[in-house]
Amino acid sequence: MAEVVLKGLSKSFGSDVGIADVSMTIPDGAFVVLLGPTGAGKTTTLRLISGLEKADAGEVWIGGRNVGSETPAQRDVAMVFQQYSLYPHLSVRDNLAFPLKSPILNTPPDEIERKVAEVAGVLQISHKLDNKATALSGGEMQRVSIGRALVREPSIYLMDEPLSSLDAKLRTDLRVELKRIQANLGATLLYVTHDQIEAMTMATHVGVLNEGRLVQYGTPREIYENPNSLYVASRLGLPRINIVPADVFGGMPAGVTQIGMRPEHIQQGEGQEAEVQRVEHLGDQARLHLVLKGHAITTIADPHTTYTPGAHIKIAPKNPLCFDAEGARIS
Amino acid sequence: MAQIQIKNIRKDFGDFNAVKESTFTIEDGEFFMLLGPSGCGKTTTLRMIAGLELPTSGEIYLDGEEISQLPPSKRDIAFVFQMFALYPHMNVRRNLSYPLVSQGMARKDVKAKVEEVAGILGIQDILNRPVGGLSGGDRQRVALGRAIVRDPKAFMMDEPLGALDAEFREHMSEELRALHDRMNATTVYVTHDQLEAMQMGDKIVVMNNAVVEQFGTPQEIYDKPATMFVADFIGSPSMNFLHFDGTVGEGAARETLGGEVVHVTSAGRGASGKLVFGVRPEHVTLSDSGGYRGEVLASEYLGTTQIITLDTPNGELKARIDSAQVAKVGEKVGLGFNPKTITLFEEGSGRALRSDLNNEVLTHG
Repeated sequence: MAEVVLKGLSKSFGSDVGIADVSMTIPDGAFVVLLGPTGAGKTTTLRLISGLEKADAGEVWIGGRNVGSETPAQRDVAMVFQQYSLYPHLSVRDNLAFPLKSPILNTPPDEIERKVAEVAGVLQISHKLDNKATALSGGEMQRVSIGRALVREPSIYLMDEPLSSLDAKLRTDLRVELKRIQANLGATLLYVTHDQIEAMTMATHVGVLNEGRLVQYGTPREIYENPNSLYVASRLGLPRINIVPADVFGGMPAGVTQIGMRPEHIQQGEGQEAEVQRVEHLGDQARLHLVLKGHAITTIADPHTTYTPGAHIKIAPKNPLCFDAEGARIS
Repeated sequence: MAQIQIKNIRKDFGDFNAVKESTFTIEDGEFFMLLGPSGCGKTTTLRMIAGLELPTSGEIYLDGEEISQLPPSKRDIAFVFQMFALYPHMNVRRNLSYPLVSQGMARKDVKAKVEEVAGILGIQDILNRPVGGLSGGDRQRVALGRAIVRDPKAFMMDEPLGALDAEFREHMSEELRALHDRMNATTVYVTHDQLEAMQMGDKIVVMNNAVVEQFGTPQEIYDKPATMFVADFIGSPSMNFLHFDGTVGEGAARETLGGEVVHVTSAGRGASGKLVFGVRPEHVTLSDSGGYRGEVLASEYLGTTQIITLDTPNGELKARIDSAQVAKVGEKVGLGFNPKTITLFEEGSGRALRSDLNNEVLTHG
């Protein structure tokens, strides 16, 4: 495994900016998640590292080498795509063995057998090794395609939304599994997603992309608790952070034009009077949808709360995040 | 608007039994969810209410009138499908007018009604646009509008948001619920998404394998599941099941789990043999002390809270705790359970044992 460093990486497609001046270090053994909406430049970053795209400017360093002139094969990266692409005519075993048989790796047969068995065990597909790849469920196929990357020991694993085509339950299971595998192997992994839950739960580091720029890079906790902009603050957290003009509650320092309050950071029983629009009982918590001076605000309450629509409730921000008119954080 | 009573309806397709004798009541003005995994019979139930399928046996009452064998056109119920079927060659206004024109309503009244419905849905400004170029949300609104213009007694919706992406779905579900609150129309809504059911529904029917497993308000079903299926299907992460062999005395208030005494609210009827101790992740606490212990396998950071996966003598367990609390992978910790929230199940039947917690719910259900 290796450290991967990006230096001032840029790529445009005609007049469309793919990524612009992205610099980041992916430490050896880290699980880095790039988070952003469609078109933010996540996949472009992966493709530039793998060598599937050529950068307009900037450098990619893998394990201390500048790989700018190397082919994808020479770069020694393993990529997992959103749509599992398995060889339909081969068994699971042969699909897993395939990368090891490539002329570059040229692995001896007993070594192939050992590796395949090991990876199949980790992914819990040992009993399906002799199945045709097409005779598997969606979740199993995706595990095989992750397995095909894991049999190799590349410098870095690159994964492009590998769980997004799976159903919710399986996604939750594989999330935990993937993180465990990564930690056990000590693998360096760069993972791209637009799903904030995946980013928060799996990553050692999260990079937030906005229109091709890396706007913040840190641990999930730093990103959640200490976002540097309104944009980053609204990417993480469910329900979404409430943004209201600073004068709604008042008492803010000069220059603060908007404040952000996470639903769980709203004090009840003091402050401004809001009206309850709707109460959702979600089991482990209740969500209160409020209106305060024309602004919609969502907060959470005890699951057995007795509030009903039309009720009035006083609320005040608790440790609000302050932003200026451009959306930059003021601390 | 209308109350809908379902009495012992059953549906067979040849040898296949799609819905077993089911009974429940949808009150006037309720937003009512039919929830379950695919193939559980929820859509068949909805189609029987709408008249798209005829029940093999049993009755359906709409405002006291028995309608189970009437054709759909005689039922005064509107159906909104998952794939919103609009007439592609007509503009929005004509799509909305169509059901009224075909009923023979006067031109002037049609115009007034379409304007009114467009106002409710906030689509006045697109009335003259062709439906081809509309966004997904607007298409969905037009499809809803076509159901609303007829002033039906009730609305049937079959996963109307199923085809939308997550973010937009959240937005539309809020909009749909707000629309319901303005119109107060009895609505029956089919979904396989438990969060959607909890968020939107006044009442939920949980179905599995053609059987109604439980029927009640979202919070009731969450707190007091009648079966292990319901406990597992509702909530994310779902309820933990710790399996044990033992005997629960009648009216007992304590139970032994892995040699440790844990407290439960007193059980009604006793039971013995293979039992299951059910506890929701947010009712598990981690501490240094505590006789019942588990090893931390993984932690998942979620902002204010985190999910801890633990290995216990009775199986894997998930706990939802404050993210400020430290839990290191590999560490052994003591576990506490909030006794007021525990549900005990019989493993064989999967049914909950009666206790102070669920007695009332299990009696009326």
